Amino acid sequence: MALDPKALSGVAHLARLHLDPADTDALTERLNSILGMVDRLQEADVADVAPLAHPLDATQPLRDDTVSEADIREQVQPLAPATGDGCYLVPRVIE
Amino acid sequence: MPMHRKTLTELKAGLDAGDFSARELAEHFLARIDTLDPQLNSFISVTRDQALAQADAADQARAAGQAGLLNGLPIAHKDIFCTRGVRTSCGSRMLDNFISPYDATVVERMQAAGAVMLGKTNMDEFAMGSSNETSWYGPVKNPWDVARVPGGSSGGSAAAVAARLVPAATGTDTGGSIRQPAALTGITGLKPTYGRVSRWGMIAFASSLDQAGPMATSAADCALLLSAMSGHDPRDSTSVHQPVDDYSAALDQPLKGLRIGVPEEFFPATLDDRIASTTRAAMAELEKQGATLVSIRLPSVDLSVPAYYVIAPAEASSNLSRFDGVRYGYRCDDPQDLEDMYKRSRSEGFGAEVKRRILVGTYALSHGYYDAYYLRAQKVRRLISNDFARAFEQVDVIMGPTSPEQAFALGAKSDDPVTMYMADVFTIAVNLAGLPALSMPAGMIDGLPVGIQVIGNYFREGQILNVAHQFQQATDWHQQAPAFGEGA
Repeated sequence: MALDPKALSGVAHLARLHLDPADTDALTERLNSILGMVDRLQEADVADVAPLAHPLDATQPLRDDTVSEADIREQVQPLAPATGDGCYLVPRVIE
Repeated sequence: MPMHRKTLTELKAGLDAGDFSARELAEHFLARIDTLDPQLNSFISVTRDQALAQADAADQARAAGQAGLLNGLPIAHKDIFCTRGVRTSCGSRMLDNFISPYDATVVERMQAAGAVMLGKTNMDEFAMGSSNETSWYGPVKNPWDVARVPGGSSGGSAAAVAARLVPAATGTDTGGSIRQPAALTGITGLKPTYGRVSRWGMIAFASSLDQAGPMATSAADCALLLSAMSGHDPRDSTSVHQPVDDYSAALDQPLKGLRIGVPEEFFPATLDDRIASTTRAAMAELEKQGATLVSIRLPSVDLSVPAYYVIAPAEASSNLSRFDGVRYGYRCDDPQDLEDMYKRSRSEGFGAEVKRRILVGTYALSHGYYDAYYLRAQKVRRLISNDFARAFEQVDVIMGPTSPEQAFALGAKSDDPVTMYMADVFTIAVNLAGLPALSMPAGMIDGLPVGIQVIGNYFREGQILNVAHQFQQATDWHQQAPAFGEGA
C-alpha cells in the first residue's frame, strides 16, 4: 500500500493539516518509506490472535456521578487566543 | 568532591548531615546551568526564583523536622509535565505560550516530597524523536561530544544529568525515550511498568505506551526517585492499584540464583561487535555475582518497530487533535474561516516529524486501512507480549543492549525518518508489552558511553534496580562523567 499525492491530500484534510504544495512530493516519498517499513507487519501470522489494545488487563474504573471539578474558567480562559464574555471566539461559522 | 559530582543519595546524606543547605545546593546547580547550558541547550526554562523559594521552604521543613523523601534535592522536569504557573511547551511551537494552570501528579508528588525544581528540560517535540533534534527550541548537544546528539526524546533531561547540571530529572518513555538517551549519555534511566506512575498532567503522545520515570547517575538514585513518583492516582484511569515497593530497600539483595534471559534477537548479526561484547561483559560480571545466563527466544520482537509505528502514530493522531487553536496554544494569524484556522494553526504550530506521525496515524485509522494496519499491529502487539510472558516463565530478568549504536552526529539521521526509528529497535518491544526496563552505562567505545538494558516482569522495578545497583557496586561506569564543564 502506498500513498499518492491525491490520497495524501485526503488524509491531510482528515487530520486538519494544511499541506504546502511545494513539499507534497517529498512528504509523500517520506511517508511511503515509513509505510513500506510498516508493511513488514503483513509477514506476521496473526490468525486467531486477539488484538491487544492495552498492556494490562484493566477495566475502566467508575466513580460516582457527582460534580468533582470546580469552575476554573477564570484560570483557563486567559490561555485562549481569543475570548469574549466568557466564551471562546473563533471565526464566524454561520453567515 | 564538588556537590555536582555527588549522587542524589550522597546529596541527601549531605543535607541530612548539615554539610550544606538546600539553598546552597540549588544555587550551585543553577550557577552551573547558567554557565554551561548555553553550550548544551538542555533546558527550555530555568525556574530560578521558584527553585530558591522551594529550597528555602525545604530548609525550613528540615529545621522543623518535617523533611520529605526528596527534601531539598534539586531536580528538573521534562517539559512534557505540566507545571503550574510555568511554561509547559512539550518542545513545540504549539505550546510555546502555554502556562500550565495545574501541576502533573508526578510534579505534585515530587514537590510534596520536598524536591526543588530547577527548570524544565528540552525534548523532541511532543516526545516524537530519538535525537532531540525535533524540538522547536533547537537540538540538545551531548556533553560527551557536543557535535553529537544526546538521544531522545528525553534528551534534555539526559544531557543535563550527564553534564551534572542537575543530579536527577524526570523523563517519559513511549518507545525508548528514557532508556535510549540514558544510554547515549552514560546515565541510568528507568521506564516503569505501564500504569505504575500517573500520566495525569503528562502531555499525551501514545496513551497505551507512555510512562514516566526517573533519570539519574545511579540505580540507587532512580530507586529513590521512583518511590516518590509512583502510586495510584484516581485522576489517571490507567493508574494501577498495586502497592508501591520499597525500591531502595531491595537494592542490596545478593544476585545469587538470579536467572538472566539473553534473547538471540537482541544480538543480531548486524549489531556492532563492540556493543555486543560490552553487553556480554556486563552479563559476565553479573554471572560472577551468582547469576546464571539462559538463552531465550523472543521471535516476534523483530516486528516491534513496524507495530509501534502504526500504534503510536494512530494514538498520537487522536491525542493531538485537541490542538486546534481554540482553547490554548498557537493560533495562526488572520484565519479566513474556521477550517483555515484549524489547518493553518496546526500546520504552523507543529513541526515536520509531528505532522508526519499525525498523517501516518490518520491514514492507519482511516476507512479501508484500519484492519490492514491498526488491527494487525495490535495483534502483533499481542504476539510480542506473549513472547515476554513465555520468557518470564524461565527467567527473572532479560538483558541486552539498549541502543544499536552510541551517540550519533547531529544531523546524521534527521533527513531519514525510518533510519532514525531504528534507534529504538531494542527498546520498543518493552513499551508494547508494558514491562519495566532500565538502561545503565556498561562501557565506553571511542570515548562515548554504551548502555545496557535490564528488562523485568510486570511491577518488578525493585528487581531490575537491584540488578543494576549490584552491577554498579562492582563497576564504575556510572561514575564516569564527561570532561565537559569540569573547569566550571
